[in-house]
Amino acid sequence: MSKIVLSHIDKFYGDNHVLRDINLTIEDGDFMTLLGPSGCGKTTTLRVVSGLEKPQHGTMTIDDRPVIDADAAFYEAPSKRGLNLVFQSYALWPHMTVFQNVAFGLKIKKMKKAEIEETVMGALRTMRIEEYRDRYPNELSGGQQQRVAIARAIASSPKLLLLDEPLSNLDARLRIDMRAELKRLHKETGTTIIYVTHDQVEALTMSTKIALFKEGEISQIDTPLGLYTNPIDLQAADFIGNPRINFIDAKGVYNGDTLTVTSEFGTYVFPHETLKLDEEIPEGEEFECVLGLRPEMVDIYTQDPNHKNTVAAKIYANQPAGSETLVTLTVGNTEFLAIQVGLVEYDMNQDVFVVLHPGRMNVYNKSTGRLIKYAKTKHKAGIDD
Amino acid sequence: MAKKGWKRPPMTWKRFKNLFLNVVGNPFNVIVAITLIILFIFIIIPLLTMIQNTFVTTRGALREVRKVYPDAQVGSYTLYSWRYLFGAENFVSSGDMGLKGTLIYVNLLEPLFHSLTIGFFVTIISVPLGALMAWLMVRTDIPCKGLLSSLILIPYMIPSWCKALSWLTVFRTPEYGGFNGLLTGMGIGVPDWLAYGPIAIIVVMTMHYYAFSYIMVSGALRSINSELEEMGEIQGANKAQILKNITLPLVLPSILSATIMTISKSIGTYGVAARLGEPAGYHVLATKMKWFLGRSSTEAVGYILSIVMIALAAGTIFINQRLIGKRKSYATIGGKGTRSNPIPLGGAKWPMLTLLVIFLVVAMFMPLFFLVMESFQIIPGNGYGADNLTLYAWIGQLENAPNTAFDRDGLFSPHNELFWRSLWNTVKLSLIASVITAVFGQFFGYITTRGRGKWYGNAVEQLIFIPYLMSGVAFSAIYYAMFSQPHLWGLIPSLTGTFMLILLVSIVKHFPFASRSGSSNMMQISTELEEAATINGAGFWRRIGSIIIPLARHGFLSGFLLSFISIAKELDLIAILITSEENYTLSFLSFTYSETMPQAGDAICIIIIAFILITNKIADKFGGNVSKSM
Repeated sequence: MSKIVLSHIDKFYGDNHVLRDINLTIEDGDFMTLLGPSGCGKTTTLRVVSGLEKPQHGTMTIDDRPVIDADAAFYEAPSKRGLNLVFQSYALWPHMTVFQNVAFGLKIKKMKKAEIEETVMGALRTMRIEEYRDRYPNELSGGQQQRVAIARAIASSPKLLLLDEPLSNLDARLRIDMRAELKRLHKETGTTIIYVTHDQVEALTMSTKIALFKEGEISQIDTPLGLYTNPIDLQAADFIGNPRINFIDAKGVYNGDTLTVTSEFGTYVFPHETLKLDEEIPEGEEFECVLGLRPEMVDIYTQDPNHKNTVAAKIYANQPAGSETLVTLTVGNTEFLAIQVGLVEYDMNQDVFVVLHPGRMNVYNKSTGRLIKYAKTKHKAGIDD
Repeated sequence: MAKKGWKRPPMTWKRFKNLFLNVVGNPFNVIVAITLIILFIFIIIPLLTMIQNTFVTTRGALREVRKVYPDAQVGSYTLYSWRYLFGAENFVSSGDMGLKGTLIYVNLLEPLFHSLTIGFFVTIISVPLGALMAWLMVRTDIPCKGLLSSLILIPYMIPSWCKALSWLTVFRTPEYGGFNGLLTGMGIGVPDWLAYGPIAIIVVMTMHYYAFSYIMVSGALRSINSELEEMGEIQGANKAQILKNITLPLVLPSILSATIMTISKSIGTYGVAARLGEPAGYHVLATKMKWFLGRSSTEAVGYILSIVMIALAAGTIFINQRLIGKRKSYATIGGKGTRSNPIPLGGAKWPMLTLLVIFLVVAMFMPLFFLVMESFQIIPGNGYGADNLTLYAWIGQLENAPNTAFDRDGLFSPHNELFWRSLWNTVKLSLIASVITAVFGQFFGYITTRGRGKWYGNAVEQLIFIPYLMSGVAFSAIYYAMFSQPHLWGLIPSLTGTFMLILLVSIVKHFPFASRSGSSNMMQISTELEEAATINGAGFWRRIGSIIIPLARHGFLSGFLLSFISIAKELDLIAILITSEENYTLSFLSFTYSETMPQAGDAICIIIIAFILITNKIADKFGGNVSKSM
């Protein structure tokens, strides 16, 4: 059982404040992904958890046992934290065979020889690389090296497994295979995993929870679905999702009960219960806001579908890509992107009708950049929203 | 520690205890502390002691000192030595010779002027020569590249004092050298200004120090992506324009570095000047210093000259850093430019090849040839006829000597105890010193790479750099001064004339080079490999033993072999420390023989050169080569 709690962690490199007041709780069995662009502090956070970096401020506990207490200059040694780490570079020792690499930590624990043999082979079997036990790392492909690195990390049966961008050095196909492998590993072992990546697809497909990092701070902690449907601010919304979310400038009026938003798509009234009331929403006056519209939530019709949220639009460009088609449209002066499943052909400048679903839109206050209206997740949304 | 928005937590007992345990409980910190102490003891303290000793009255100097300071006792502090050199009476000219008639001119200015002259000419000849050769070898389609590149650094591997001895085999004159050389033996008169003095010294040093600019510039050229030059071509520049506007500016920092290094090395060289200048009374700073050190009443004056030499070297390095400053980063431009298309030389191909061949003949074949031939001669300078050839210098016994001028047994004769002892001393010295320097070098390298940007990493790096600043003679003068009397109430006895002192100097002087080889070695071992071991529970010593040592093995071996070469051929560094035959090394023996039995001196040179070439070949196998041992 392992529950990790980081509170008020601050880390400086010289004058450079790289982690700012990090608070993060990782429940037992979580697959927690630290997501963000490079240089945002996610790897540093991982290294703080592992014990390779010492923060200047803050505390960390594992199952309520203090592991870091910066004020008392107390930092438990990495090896006593019951965790293991897979490095981005794999960090396989080039002078040791696969077997020796995996057995290294077990030998240090003074495990018996027969037991080491059994444990190592178990780990190699889990990663399906038994046949390479006597090879040296430079005799293996990138994907195989990756498996060895993971085998080495899981051989000591850590309660917590840390993974630092483990897939970034693999090609696209191998990456998909390894994603499945890691997901299976998490399910099979039940180990708590902290996973660092800048790849949102990895984060969305594998995690149970995502912590989104921005410039040394955590801007949002949520489930993948929650993060995708309701990014907390404009930057997060922009970062999550491929192709990118559409931002549509609009004017909003909040009367204390409902929020009325007017844009070139028309006017929508959002009910009270969908509003995020702990954010700043100017009351009784018109203010600038931004509609967030995911490309897959735009339905395109060539005939008027007689839906209440229908808007007339023009095709600007059309990019069929096999399994999906990207369509750029204009409504008035607003340009936006839609995505449709399968191959669809449109002519340039063709007149079409789009149906939008206000219930699935996000609204952001433009001056603060923060989310002020939640979107419903798709499966809960009725067709009329 | 001005960190915005963060206050240092209050110092509690618990915090203090943990901070203390964090520092002391980590063997790395302990090693850093020990390293700093060692460097302080063996570099800073000797330097300060030497400065102090310029004021201290020694027993040997007491009588002279009392003439000026009647109350002086052994150990009392006076300005005697400084007045000896800079006293007002030194600036008074005797007779009508002007400045040349003053003592300051004889004792300081003339040797200084000679040193600077030599430094200047060696530099302006050898730097362009080395740079041109580097460009030809790296960037052009010069024929026989493979063969040339395997030969081109061999002249540098022949120790400079061996080349001086070889020069004498040809140009020696009986008045100054005691024997004929090849030319006087053939009845061709050799003017003294050619045989001895600045020209001889400059020629010999040029054949040695061309290597600095060759090694540095070829390194810089190799790191330049040839696409940069090709881009110039696409823009319409011709070859000369490309060379002038693209290539040269990019290698300029390395040329500047080589220039500074050549100046500072050629100013500091002792052996060449001692054989090719001193016999004719041509003194440079290094030989003048040795002369002062050799008389007990003026030892401290020698220290002052040594300080002058250190100041000169430090000054040139300082200028170097000011000149290059930020531009130094040029040298690291893209390691990706491995694919490079050689520039066709066209009509210049054969003249350039001829130039290189002439250089190799003059700097490599001729010195080796004359050394080998003279080692077989009965009477030096008497031609290479069968009646003048003998193996005496190699294996002869005194009772069968073919020539009365031979006053000792041949080298490998069982009765030549001095040779066997020198051989043993050389082996002992090189082996012990190079093992110790190589081990220390790896630790220094470890500390400087892992502590890059931290105060202790910088401190170690800067301390280690100090011996590099000093020429061999100046450096050994420091140790001579430091250990001429007992220290710590007799705990450290006087080491004058002991093997221990020679060993110590050889070790510390090679620290900079060993630590450079150590850090380039450690740089290749990523910290993540160590961190992975930390995570798996390996402590510091376990990491060193299981990860660092196995991975650093090859680099260690090549570093060891290169220090081994460098120590085995060293002459300047130990010349003033060897005071009795007990401590002779091969290089010193050869140097002494060259005055009484040059054939044997030559033979030792050949032994040393053969040894260097073989060891270098072995080091090459482990990824090291002579270009890393500058």
